[in-house]
Amino acid sequence: MKHSKYDAIIIGGGHNGLVCAAYLAKAKKKVLVLERRHVLGGAAVTEEVFPGFKFSVCSYVVSLFRPHIIRDLNLPKHGMEIMPLDVSFSPYLDGRSLARWADGTRTRREISKFSAKDAEIYPEFGMSMAKMSRFVKEIIDNPAPNPTSFNPKELFNILKLGKYFKEFGGDFMHLHAQLLTMSAADFLDMWFESDELKSPMSVSGIIGTFLGVRSPGSAYVLLHHYMGEIDGAFRSWGLSKGGTGQISLACAGAAREFGADILTEASVAHVKIKKGRATGVVLENGDEYDAKVVVSNLDPKRTFMNMVGEDHLDSEFKQQINRYKLRGSSGKINLALDFLPEFSARPGQEHLRGDIAICPSTDYLEKAYDEAKYGAYSKRPYMNIVIPSLTDPSVAPPGKHVMSIFVQYAPYHLKEGPEAWPEKREEWADSVITCLEEFCPDIKKAIKHRQAITPWDLEKDFGLTEGNIFHGELSLEQLLFQRPAPGWSQYKTPIKDLWMCGSGTHPGGGLMGAPGHLSAHTMLETGAL
Amino acid sequence: MPIGSPVHESLSTRCSSMFWKEWSGYHAVKSFDNCHEREYFAFRHAAGVIDVSPLFKYDVTGKDAGQFLSQIMVKDINKLKVGQVTYCCWCDEDGYVLDDGTVSRLEEDYYRVTAAEPFLAWFLKFKRNLQVEVSDVSTKYAALSIQGPNSRSILKEMTDIDMDNLRFFRVEKGTLATVDVWISRTGYTGDLGYEVWCLAENANQVYEDLFKIGAPWGIKACGLDALDVTRVEAGFIMNAVDYYSANQCLIDARKVTPYEIGLGWCVDLDRSFFVGQKALKKLKDHPRKVLIGLDIDWVELEKEFAKHDLPPEVCNQAWRDGKPLYNSMDEFIGFATSGTWSPALKKNLALAQVPPAYAKVGNKLKIELTVEYERRTITATVVKLPFFNPERKRKP
Repeated sequence: MKHSKYDAIIIGGGHNGLVCAAYLAKAKKKVLVLERRHVLGGAAVTEEVFPGFKFSVCSYVVSLFRPHIIRDLNLPKHGMEIMPLDVSFSPYLDGRSLARWADGTRTRREISKFSAKDAEIYPEFGMSMAKMSRFVKEIIDNPAPNPTSFNPKELFNILKLGKYFKEFGGDFMHLHAQLLTMSAADFLDMWFESDELKSPMSVSGIIGTFLGVRSPGSAYVLLHHYMGEIDGAFRSWGLSKGGTGQISLACAGAAREFGADILTEASVAHVKIKKGRATGVVLENGDEYDAKVVVSNLDPKRTFMNMVGEDHLDSEFKQQINRYKLRGSSGKINLALDFLPEFSARPGQEHLRGDIAICPSTDYLEKAYDEAKYGAYSKRPYMNIVIPSLTDPSVAPPGKHVMSIFVQYAPYHLKEGPEAWPEKREEWADSVITCLEEFCPDIKKAIKHRQAITPWDLEKDFGLTEGNIFHGELSLEQLLFQRPAPGWSQYKTPIKDLWMCGSGTHPGGGLMGAPGHLSAHTMLETGAL
Repeated sequence: MPIGSPVHESLSTRCSSMFWKEWSGYHAVKSFDNCHEREYFAFRHAAGVIDVSPLFKYDVTGKDAGQFLSQIMVKDINKLKVGQVTYCCWCDEDGYVLDDGTVSRLEEDYYRVTAAEPFLAWFLKFKRNLQVEVSDVSTKYAALSIQGPNSRSILKEMTDIDMDNLRFFRVEKGTLATVDVWISRTGYTGDLGYEVWCLAENANQVYEDLFKIGAPWGIKACGLDALDVTRVEAGFIMNAVDYYSANQCLIDARKVTPYEIGLGWCVDLDRSFFVGQKALKKLKDHPRKVLIGLDIDWVELEKEFAKHDLPPEVCNQAWRDGKPLYNSMDEFIGFATSGTWSPALKKNLALAQVPPAYAKVGNKLKIELTVEYERRTITATVVKLPFFNPERKRKP
């Protein structure tokens, strides 16, 4: 069946696709979003996996979501509410623990149990990162300038950025160079002496990447996770009321209000290409939709290899996309809990309402990476845990809880091959829970239901190629004007009228909506629509 | 020196921050944590309990109680049905507002009035030969406010009152745990919420029981700082903040009529005598100013901070120091009386009073703020009140 023509068709109803749709619809364009699954949100999705228990199935915290998008689209009106996480708790195997609170003096007292010197340097470090984040904010809130272009606008943008950079001064530039080149562990060694503090700080450098805390380049990711911003305040992380899916639904609500059409269970088979130009899409069920432009919210590999097809790509571009690194390194375990189990290192629950990091030492983290390097999942992985029901009781029946465990490393590429994952899924989840039990002895008793999501499942169920949560590694060679491929950083593609708006484009992954917004902005500004 | 409220013991064991303030002669908690943020989110996402015992409370009984109150209140209290609560204000002879509060009709001839300031002597002035008794029960009864989306579920587990059928602005008598109480579906947060009224000596027990039963529902002890954010979001004015009681004003310019603070809707003008009626008939169509809601432009504010190379900063508490407002000619036209950054709406909001000519929704005014100590004017758009009005507030 053929349908009427749209200005833009967006493949994939993830949060970026929906943000992009909302901005285009706001500019009076006729927009259609096609989502393969029955539910919107992509990886920012809430599902009632077990009756009464609602999970942020994949992406589970929010901080980078751009405040101007919230404003422009009036997302609170459509149900977006963010509640701050005000503590990071790390238990150690020797029975000690560290909780870093939003309350600075309390944090100082906590850190001084390990090192009085570190306790004083900690806020200084935070200041440096905050300064740095403000430079990065300029970068993530604008399309990446193309340094190879002689277009006056591009040159102007680079000069502007350069001027901004220069104004920060020499120390800042040194710091920046360190961040871009060093490992998270080395970088933190320059500041702190206590491993108990450094290990939970260093994990920000590896989340979602296939790097270890001692791998060069991981320091930059540290920063990426340090620039959380809520209500203009840097460095804060939050939970989305009703799960992260609520953010996607709010974006969808805004898009619909501006007049966009959104279809679920509408799986796109391929992009229609005529004479090197994208003209529409064909669905799995044979339906066809035509549009002036087609915008892909999918990752670059999926976009070009599955939706476009190799035949339509020139060999150089094809090679670039083939070289694009995805290699997912993490999985997710979602638990429905009968009661709130305590952590033996610190009884009580006040410190459990933020995020809980299982990363007792830098060596522990590096060992976890060692296993992954050779194609095995970590027996004792890094875990980042949140219990949203402590802050938002609406996600679980009264007195019950939901626990979300981000688990790294669980490499997509097992030595037996990724297709071995389904067979290993439960065995992997068992090993994660057994490891968690060392810190939280009652965890097995508390578990009512368990959902284990391996990188294989992330690919099959959520369309994240190789299970990469960021649509591609956040390593320097794949960022800025090189994301997803050199020369194609500004949401355009070699196929005319085919655009991209997902996390595989600048400024990258995370629940921030920036690629979706910048893509729409670029399309409108360049007159593509 | 303030004294403890009936639930002081329960409050002080929980108030680890030691952040207290004075409220009508009582110690009241500002915030239990060192920041009110989590308490605010309890109000909006789970349930928060706040001690509102310091309110002044008057029991009005007798055959003529309804008639008596109708002469004092701007609203015709005769129309109030048993089990109904109403919000209104009362004025002096000149039509200027003295205070605002609720009137509940607990029984056929039994009413209760709440007030922000003491008014026994004023009420008694109008007793004349009516069959009515007025007694100050401010210390006799305690009041605990349970606000938030889970408040009903918690109370349902604790009381014999049919909570599912207790409608918005209704009150009912029953028991809560083992204590005799009235529960009214009222509050100051603009959310689903209730107020529990009980004898002062039973208040600690009610408070503790609420926490026992409410724990699985995420109940949290809340202080006045969190309440202040929610009440601005709800567009509720406050005596001594957004207006001054006429008997506290040295000059008429400071006094306000109900029409000037958004309370015109509760004045029943055409009926038998009430205090201020004659004056209000004249003043009705000539308000010098009206209450408006303002949405302060965030992008402009951000730009002002960016000039200093700073990210935007807003006070993390609701503010209540007045701020001047200007028109496009930079003429002073009015003032904002209180405001807050709304975490729920992600907007920088204020309540203000301006001449009617400037009050149209969508109108753009300028508000004076300081950015790095420098005075700046930022665009503020007139928006509809209340700012925050969830469906659950009124929903059966």
